[in-house]
Amino acid sequence: MKSPWLWNLLSIVALVVGLVIWVLLPWFGVLGIAVAIALWLTLTRGGRLALAAARIGIGSLPQRWGASSVIVVGIAGVVGVLVAMLAMGAGFKATLDSTGDDTSAIVLRGGSQAETNSVITRDQVPLIGTLAGIARDAQGRPLLSPELSQVVNLPSKADGSDVNAQFRGVGELAWAVHDKVRLIEGRRFAPGLREIVVGQGARSQFRGLDVGKTLALGNQQWTIVGVFASGDAHDSELWTDAETLASTYNRSSYQSITVRTDGTAGFTAFKAAMDADPRLKLDVSTTRAYYGKQSGQLATLINVLGTVIGAIMAVGAVFGALNTMYAAVAGRAREIATMRAIGFRGLPVVVAVMLETMLLALLGGLLGGLLAWTIFNGYSVSTLGSNFSQVVFQFKVSPELLWNGLKWALGIGLVGGLFPALRAARLPVTVALRAT
Amino acid sequence: MKYLSLVWAQLFRSKTRTLLTLLSVIAAFLLFGMLDSVRVAFNAGGSVDGANRLIVASRLSITQSLPVRLQAEIETIPGVQQVTYAMWFGGIYQDQRNFFPNFSVAPNFFDVYGEYEVPPDQLQAFRDTRNGAAVGESLAKKFGWKIGDTIPLQATIFPRGGSNDWPLELKAIFRAKDRSNVGAENQLLMNWTYFDESNDFIKNQVSWFTVQLANADQASRVAQAIDAISANSDRETKSQTESAFQQAFAKQFADIGLIVTAIMGAVFFTLLLLTGNTMAQAVRERVPELATLKTLGFTDGTVLALVMVESVLLVVIGGLVGLGLAAAIMPGVSAASGGVISLPTVPLQTWLIGLGLMVGIGIIVGVLPALRARRLKIVDALAGR
Repeated sequence: MKSPWLWNLLSIVALVVGLVIWVLLPWFGVLGIAVAIALWLTLTRGGRLALAAARIGIGSLPQRWGASSVIVVGIAGVVGVLVAMLAMGAGFKATLDSTGDDTSAIVLRGGSQAETNSVITRDQVPLIGTLAGIARDAQGRPLLSPELSQVVNLPSKADGSDVNAQFRGVGELAWAVHDKVRLIEGRRFAPGLREIVVGQGARSQFRGLDVGKTLALGNQQWTIVGVFASGDAHDSELWTDAETLASTYNRSSYQSITVRTDGTAGFTAFKAAMDADPRLKLDVSTTRAYYGKQSGQLATLINVLGTVIGAIMAVGAVFGALNTMYAAVAGRAREIATMRAIGFRGLPVVVAVMLETMLLALLGGLLGGLLAWTIFNGYSVSTLGSNFSQVVFQFKVSPELLWNGLKWALGIGLVGGLFPALRAARLPVTVALRAT
Repeated sequence: MKYLSLVWAQLFRSKTRTLLTLLSVIAAFLLFGMLDSVRVAFNAGGSVDGANRLIVASRLSITQSLPVRLQAEIETIPGVQQVTYAMWFGGIYQDQRNFFPNFSVAPNFFDVYGEYEVPPDQLQAFRDTRNGAAVGESLAKKFGWKIGDTIPLQATIFPRGGSNDWPLELKAIFRAKDRSNVGAENQLLMNWTYFDESNDFIKNQVSWFTVQLANADQASRVAQAIDAISANSDRETKSQTESAFQQAFAKQFADIGLIVTAIMGAVFFTLLLLTGNTMAQAVRERVPELATLKTLGFTDGTVLALVMVESVLLVVIGGLVGLGLAAAIMPGVSAASGGVISLPTVPLQTWLIGLGLMVGIGIIVGVLPALRARRLKIVDALAGR
């Protein structure tokens, strides 16, 4: 024992570097490392010795199941929380990113970031209809939908408290413009009557939105006549005819215009035509770009929050794993010393303890991922979007997130196993043999 | 008390193990301190000052405005001391990423919101300058604004003469008296009269009224009376206390309480296992020592108590360090971000819940090993059976 402090310091530095590389490693890198380790284990003498030693350790795991399960459950907790938080961010982003496409455009007043801030006067609508690049229907009408959005208070299904919902008035051709939207129940609203169709997300989040029910909005009674599904942010909305909405809420102008363009070339032509017309000071973006931009900040916030919470929990779990593995090594001190006395060298002993910890960590990671997946995948929640109204979205536990969770689990196992392993390898044989 | 040194010695019998356990307890309570402070802050909704204030907004939705003439009608209701109003402006400074709330407010805004401190001469200058602006200290610091500067605010909702430019003159910088409320300094205020006269779209409209009550006990009676004024009109109002209003708004982002409880559940379950395991190990290792204690005449009850105290002490030390760290970190983060992120300090409520949790966890974790220590038969234990 020259200087244990120097040794420990060196291992900590190596560990930090190793962890950073590990977290950034792509899947083929991980595969490469796994293959390299497997080759070393099976082809070299040292490797075979390590494998033999590990087999003894793993074989005795069932006798120590209480202590070992602490590692598994601890790591499962970290991975479960981490994956669930990241799945929330991913779900929100996925909902907004899948809203809209590259062949439809949304027109807002110049400088507006969201529909709530935008105003488009009625006289501008026919002008926009004549621009190049717009797709037309069988009768030759331009496929555009002038829209109004009104934020309304609806009672939430969870506790009946008022939450903001988006009440959208759409144009006559809206069903052709928003081609992802399809009815799953009932029928479309009839123009001029106070009838509403509701998104399936809204129906699951707010009270009293079933077909046939009436709803009081803006001091008027509305009848719900249908339910639609779009699989994106529109799912959280209530739709009616724009003219009816405008007359109810005394709104004289529109807020946005959604336009279906002739492919992506049509969009370019449409945008160019809009920019060239001095009468129209309006902003054009593809609907995909518009909704995608809205997801940015909140999704980032959730991800940062999830990572920070996960990291603090991971630190706690590392200490737990260290504790358990130190105890395991101490408990088997005589056994390990005997192995070393009969010729097992330091490296196989280190590798054996590491393999054992990594196996437990892997189990923990799998368990945590499985828990997060069974409980949260598809779990539906809502939050306030940038239009001051609720966006309903689902947690999305993707394979990438599970993979990330596994990498975290193995990282925790690496740290938690390394120091006890080094200790096992460095403990003087004579001292360890006398251990009780 | 006379056994404290004995417990202390037991605690540090295996330094590595105790240190590692302490560190994982610290991590858990650090997380608890931060998350629970955020939860308390969200649920408390403003300072105690808010208890005697009502917010009157449109019943239809928060984005719907109300006619300013309601002010005179609200003022006639008995129990109302003062009424002020504000209109959401929603302007941006340079880039929309620099988001901060901005409103136009009535001249008596600072009379009702007494939790802000403004130098009297600056306040007068703000009221007297048509296009004057008042900003919070942290916001001014963030962008390096000084009194007399022109702030080129860009409208996103309300153009002025067809253009989005709203240059404002900075006339006052206000401070939050309660330093835990620094987040409230991250806003800009302008004069409502100027806004009303200059914007192209709407006239005589406000987003909400703030009503100061003579007596906080009358809140529900006054709220009902206010809502009765506009009942069955197309401008119905909804009056609620300021804290209820803020809570409802915060709740729309997410159910903070639920998320915090879920995460903390996972964390503490893990913690219970880790610490419980450590205590079990500690007792297992010490069986001969405990037997010796009993031989010396320590009763079963004392041995049980010794182990329990050790376990509670371990968790309480770790927990206090963790909460202390949280208390030290959170204002630091707020200060470093210059008011962008405003994390509350750890409130008393969180400390109390935390202490309860520490003792509770300590007891749960210690009970099994302690019972084991109590049941030890001296002969068996000394013989190593």
